[in-house]
Amino acid sequence: MSVEELGFDPSLKKKKKKSTKSFEDPSATASPSETTPEVDDVLSGLKKKKKSTASAPGADASGDAADDVTDSFAELKLKKKKKKVVTADDFEKELEKAGLDEVTTTSATEDINKDSEDANSQQSQLGLPYSSLLSRFFQILSANNPELAGDRSGSKFRIPPPVCQREGNKKTAFANVQEISDKLQRSPEHVIQYLFAELGTSGSVDGQKRLIIRGRFQPKQLENVLRRYIIEYVTCKTCKSINTQLKKESANRLFFLVCNSCGSTRSVSSIKTGFQAKVGRKKKPVA
Amino acid sequence: MSSIENLKAFDPFADTGDDDTQPTNYIHIRIQQRNGRKTLTTVQGLPDEYDLKRILKVLKKDFACNGNIVKDEELGEVIQLQGDQRVKVMEFLTTKLQLQKKNIKIHGF
Repeated sequence: MSVEELGFDPSLKKKKKKSTKSFEDPSATASPSETTPEVDDVLSGLKKKKKSTASAPGADASGDAADDVTDSFAELKLKKKKKKVVTADDFEKELEKAGLDEVTTTSATEDINKDSEDANSQQSQLGLPYSSLLSRFFQILSANNPELAGDRSGSKFRIPPPVCQREGNKKTAFANVQEISDKLQRSPEHVIQYLFAELGTSGSVDGQKRLIIRGRFQPKQLENVLRRYIIEYVTCKTCKSINTQLKKESANRLFFLVCNSCGSTRSVSSIKTGFQAKVGRKKKPVA
Repeated sequence: MSSIENLKAFDPFADTGDDDTQPTNYIHIRIQQRNGRKTLTTVQGLPDEYDLKRILKVLKKDFACNGNIVKDEELGEVIQLQGDQRVKVMEFLTTKLQLQKKNIKIHGF
């Protein structure tokens, strides 16, 4: 998944930058302006709506430059790494503090700098765990565009289960062929032809558009056949979408499957019935 | 640039092995319903180099069922077996006769 990597890379880089930046922090006075976008970033990862608030740090609260604050800052940083379950508000405050602390460290003594350096190096060593970053990415992705996150629960992908009724003793009525073939964007005739070929039987469509199949079949069995039909004649092999069309090329009389989502085309074989053994009273004359 | 150099490790035109060229000689294993809960398995399209008669003999003994060979005008000789023997036939063809699994198609429910 290259998208995923792309989605991650900048943030990771920024993380690294952050740690290096805070190494140089004492010398660089421009750090607050640098850090705020990062703060912003992290926040946007957690909660998108808090974006605007983070970009405006409370400059009036910048009074505390004491060592204990830096200590707490280091602590907070550690905490931040460990758990992301902190509520957004707390997080924001911490971050704000952290940003301010980085400003204040410029005026602080050497040993404090060392402390913060230690903490920072530790942080860069630990880093944010990949798994948590991954889960965060998927949370955001599923929140914003679920179809990219492999969410297939949409109505398009849901095909109703086949409904079967026993029609007398030897026949099965398949009630929702019409519905299923509509969902698959295939003509019912094509689906029925496939069903007959696979099941090795024959049948007809009655007045209520139900399919009457000769032989007894369970819904489960029909489902299996439908599944195979979908794999062979509906799904796009390239993007796995079922948003496809079956087109007949007039030039060579071949069936082509055209995907509406990705535009790829593949040829599909026509439905062949194959060998049909003669069953029952009508015995085949000896060949 | 190193990432672009990396691309050279993969030849997009190399034969990947899973070419989709349709082998026209698929072996079809089908099932047909008979009366009641009885079924019939047909094996169609076995390669000519095999002696169907001997295969049938082994199949009948292995699966403990009856069967026969039917000659069809366009499809050649077809093995018929009593009962649902699809999976067993598949296993037999792949293990004993060393036929490729992708050349065998199982039909039916």
